[in-house]
Amino acid sequence: MTGALNLLVALAMGLNLLALGSSRLPSLIRAAAVQGMVLGVLPLLLEHEFHGLVWVVAAATIAIKGFVIPGLLRRALRTAHIDREVEPLLGFIPSLLLGAMAAIGAVAFAGALPLRPEHAGTLLVPGAFATLVGGLLLLMGRSKAIAQVCGYLILENGIYLFGLLLIHATPLIVEAGILLDLTVGVFVIGIIVDRIQREFDTLDTRKLTSLRE
Amino acid sequence: MKELALIAVPFVAAIAALLWPKDETRPWLLPATGVVHVALTMWLLIAPPPVEPMAWVAFDPLARAVLPAVSVLFLACAAYAVSYLRLRSERPNRVFVACLLAVLGLLSAGHQARHLGLLWIATEAVTLAAVPLLHFNNTGRAFEATWKYLLVGGTGIALSLLGSFCLGYASLHGGGGGDLTFVALTAQGAGLSRPWVLTAWVLLLVGYGTKMGLAPMHTWKPDAYGEAPGIVGALLAGAVTTVAFTAVLRVRAVVDAAGAGVVAGRTLIVIGLFSMLVAALFLLGTRDFKRMLAYSSVEHMGILSLGAGLGGAGVWAALFHVWTNALTKGAVFLSAGNIRRAGGGRTQDEVAGMAILTPVSARIFVVCMLAITACPPFGPFFSELRILRAAFADGQGAVAAVFLAALLFAFLGLSRLVFAIVDGRPRAAAKKTDRRFRETAGVIVPPLVLLGLSLWLGVATPSVLQEAWTAAVQALFPLP
Repeated sequence: MTGALNLLVALAMGLNLLALGSSRLPSLIRAAAVQGMVLGVLPLLLEHEFHGLVWVVAAATIAIKGFVIPGLLRRALRTAHIDREVEPLLGFIPSLLLGAMAAIGAVAFAGALPLRPEHAGTLLVPGAFATLVGGLLLLMGRSKAIAQVCGYLILENGIYLFGLLLIHATPLIVEAGILLDLTVGVFVIGIIVDRIQREFDTLDTRKLTSLRE
Repeated sequence: MKELALIAVPFVAAIAALLWPKDETRPWLLPATGVVHVALTMWLLIAPPPVEPMAWVAFDPLARAVLPAVSVLFLACAAYAVSYLRLRSERPNRVFVACLLAVLGLLSAGHQARHLGLLWIATEAVTLAAVPLLHFNNTGRAFEATWKYLLVGGTGIALSLLGSFCLGYASLHGGGGGDLTFVALTAQGAGLSRPWVLTAWVLLLVGYGTKMGLAPMHTWKPDAYGEAPGIVGALLAGAVTTVAFTAVLRVRAVVDAAGAGVVAGRTLIVIGLFSMLVAALFLLGTRDFKRMLAYSSVEHMGILSLGAGLGGAGVWAALFHVWTNALTKGAVFLSAGNIRRAGGGRTQDEVAGMAILTPVSARIFVVCMLAITACPPFGPFFSELRILRAAFADGQGAVAAVFLAALLFAFLGLSRLVFAIVDGRPRAAAKKTDRRFRETAGVIVPPLVLLGLSLWLGVATPSVLQEAWTAAVQALFPLP
């Protein structure tokens, strides 16, 4: 079971790098969506006894992170008629290098943290940290609003990975609440993105500079 | 049951607001819900219900010490909103009213949440429900402010989720069950794994500190408060920030029980003083009176954080300050809203001579300024005096000195800008703007009542409140 788990987490870490290297918005959205779906499968591997609620939460995660949220983002992309270049503030090569360094650093860092024996052999903690850093890099290093939203989604994915450590302890209702908040959050962001596009005629957040001291 | 009604009543009203057909009558749902909510909280304040230890939602001592202040502030804002929305009849108010009510319900849930996950869900949901309130004005600047609020607030709140998980893992690693209720975490106490507790503390402080608006995570605040309507600013500064503050207090109690209370106290003092100094510096420079209020809010969050870092007496004073801050901030935001509407601008370059244009609001604004900068005999003076005394009692003379210096700078900054707006001759542009604005009772009485309550809290703090704060401090930090 650990082998399959590690394979999927490693896949998620690879998708971070793909996201950091994407120069087009649709491929960035796709990377975030696939990562979300990969993470959605993980609870099924971790939970020993299979009860219905786990399946429901896993299915909801895959549906929301893999289809609903990317769908909302693609729709925003379509209606806003924005060109699909990502326009990085931080170049692709530096982003990739930083992302790769973060992955290596996360493995080393997780080795230094006190972990329970059943988690010590898994990639869950390093995967969570690497994904977090990847998300933050996208959030700060991209100028298009939609790319920043993808960064936020990847950041959330990292936190979700970390949350899997607690899957036996946290009631699934809490997980469900978190998922619901995330969905509504992206929905709200989508509306704001749409309004910003109409108001400023751009989704380049570098243009949002009328408010400053 | 009453504690659940505090959450359910606003939600039912929010749904009613969504279904209500007429824009003209819909705002009356706000004061109606506010009255019911205040009645319930006052009842619960005077006759606190027994708290089931493992309950996820309960009107526990901390909720009792803080939630009534939120409720009173909401009622005042709701009363003001009826007149305000009549003035803004050009904007549809269906979503605005529904979201205001939803915010009240979620705030009630957040204050009463005794489970870290539930607390997080409520706080995140408040953040999202406030979004339509922020861009009610529908201008480009409002959307820009909303975008910053979502991005900074979203990242902060994400970090607090990570912190919550770290605290759960601290319990798991220490041999506990990973139960995220505050009762279970506190009971495990020293059994929590220390490195994970410290990691969790940093993340949770950064996360909920972003929501409070502590420096350096305050960057969303001036933009959001500057662009949002006055009632929204009042609710954000007086009510939404307090839910984050109670979250910090609850987490601090767990960290205390885990034996890392000294570290937690020190970080709260440092971040509190830093926020006060940053706010004071910006207050000395800003020319925009709505952004001024945001920096003043950053300053007061710093005061709360400082109080929370100073042990039992400090926490007591901080709970007192939650009340005085909520009531006074409410009054100052509402009167500033009047001035903004009548003056047609928001900087001292555009607005002057408001003592002539809106004599009553300008007077209230000046008195509020004196109250919020801790001039006696208003509430903030007494709560800040208590914090000062807690600092001296704790042997923290240097902290007290920095605290006083920051208060002085803030006073200079605020009084400079307030008098620049109130005094002088009205600008020619102001005469042409919003002619519909009249100083009716609807926009004057709510800030006046809040100011009066702030005064009352200062000169004659009701004994039931003092007793509630003492009970909250004892529940959070039981004496060994």
